[in-house]
Amino acid sequence: MKKLINDPRRVVADSARGFGLAHSGLVRVNEDPLYIVRAAGVTPGKVGLVSGGGSGHEPLHAGFVGPGMLDAAVPGAMFSSPPPMPILEATRAVDGGAGVVHLIKNYTGDVLNFEAAAELAEAEGIDTRSVLIADDVALEHAAGMTGRRGVAGALLVEKIAGAAAEAGEGLDTVARIARYVAGQVRSMGVALRAPTVPHAGRPSFDLGEDEVEIGIGIHGEPGRERVRLGTAAEITQRLIVPVISDLNLRNGEEALLLVNGMGGTPLSELYVLYAEARDLLDRRGIRVIRSLVGNFVTSLEMQGASISVLRMSETLTRLWDAPVDTVSLRSPLR
Amino acid sequence: MERAHAVFAAERVALIELDRAIGDGDHGENMDRGMTAVAKRLAADAETSQETPTPAALLKTVATTVMANVGGAAGPLFGTAFLRAAKATDSVSAPDGELDGHAVATALEAALGGLQSRGKAEVGEKTMVDAWAPAAQAAREAAEAGGDATAVLAAAAHAAEEGADATVPMIATKGRASYLGPRSAGYRDPGAVSTVLLLRTATEAALELSAAAEAAAGEDAE
Repeated sequence: MKKLINDPRRVVADSARGFGLAHSGLVRVNEDPLYIVRAAGVTPGKVGLVSGGGSGHEPLHAGFVGPGMLDAAVPGAMFSSPPPMPILEATRAVDGGAGVVHLIKNYTGDVLNFEAAAELAEAEGIDTRSVLIADDVALEHAAGMTGRRGVAGALLVEKIAGAAAEAGEGLDTVARIARYVAGQVRSMGVALRAPTVPHAGRPSFDLGEDEVEIGIGIHGEPGRERVRLGTAAEITQRLIVPVISDLNLRNGEEALLLVNGMGGTPLSELYVLYAEARDLLDRRGIRVIRSLVGNFVTSLEMQGASISVLRMSETLTRLWDAPVDTVSLRSPLR
Repeated sequence: MERAHAVFAAERVALIELDRAIGDGDHGENMDRGMTAVAKRLAADAETSQETPTPAALLKTVATTVMANVGGAAGPLFGTAFLRAAKATDSVSAPDGELDGHAVATALEAALGGLQSRGKAEVGEKTMVDAWAPAAQAAREAAEAGGDATAVLAAAAHAAEEGADATVPMIATKGRASYLGPRSAGYRDPGAVSTVLLLRTATEAALELSAAAEAAAGEDAE
């Protein structure tokens, strides 16, 4: 393992310190317990938006704290959700009296810890709503199962719900919009090489030189199948076809296309995927009206990418275009 | 708990490896961090208070410390288990806080109930419930057969071990391993393995305590 770190157990704390120092105009880092809030403080009367989860997915979520998006981000240990107490304290810190929405990626640990934190917040009189993000089509829906993971679609939910909250919508409306967006976005990812969690010291899984893992999660979990590395066009096809068919996206509909890097893939390759995905959608008569390409929801230094498609409407387009000022996402987004 | 801290520090790598195979590799780190925080907290408590805490008070401290310091799925699950065990222990322990076999069995049953209400898992889904459920049942049987606290814990630890082994061929339908579907078979569930480690450690601590008590009683007789 070669990493620019001091101590495997201090990576998250050391990184958060640097983040706070580098972006002090936008964010404030609370060190114990660890959470990140807007530098300007709580906005009275505005619904607060809190997200969080394991670290290692930077810039998610701390990079999206700021006007027009999140009020707080709660980073857990590497690839491990934060305990209830920091989530509770972040929730208290951003409650402007209008209640707080928790945006939760659908992982057992995240769900359990946010659930416990919401119970504690409610007991203190803070009105909370929970929204689950489960956009990964690599996993089948089945009764009694854990359900689909939340992956890069989280970014789109956070942006649009953030715009709704900033516009002054109430608690139930913000939660409803967030759930709606979560229901209209689907994603699928591919890994060419696994990430190495600092405290584990070795890659999360082993892949042969000519193999790729299709349908990976953002924690370095193996995916649903292992295939030979083909061309970018073949990989794109494998990723986007299940996305389109699960969304039931039809000829003539409008969409947002997000090509997200997992941390270890150059932008040039992400744009190769984007071009292939764009062609594929064009051929099906699906109009891509907004696009985003870059490393937004990463998996440490994992080599790979994910493709997300969000079905757009007039309202979602307006909310997507609304001003945003965060470390990693700034207007204009056209 | 001091002993549990040492056990998890020693087993951290093995748990990470196991979790790396079918999960995401955070379980060993989480348990190690949790037990380190618990050991630190108990040592701090021991410095400020002369009195030895009752088992119920001790379990409650463990529960709140785990909940404040351990994320992932293990934090809230083990935290809830310890909290329910603390509550149950409080109502069944003797006036001096001592636990008999029945009280230990009740605490383990309460822990299982807490786990299931938080995690909503059933037996057979390849989770820590597959170790806790047989452990609670074996504990009750041992208590009814007249076993003392140590015997009941030993029976629970043994049953948990068999339960953890039984998770090997299972296909996970709950938790991170469930994403792997059939590929999750062939490994013991990391949470079940941690359960075995906890119960085995508790048994060893109880054995040591009763041996110390006997030695003290022997000295008194002389």
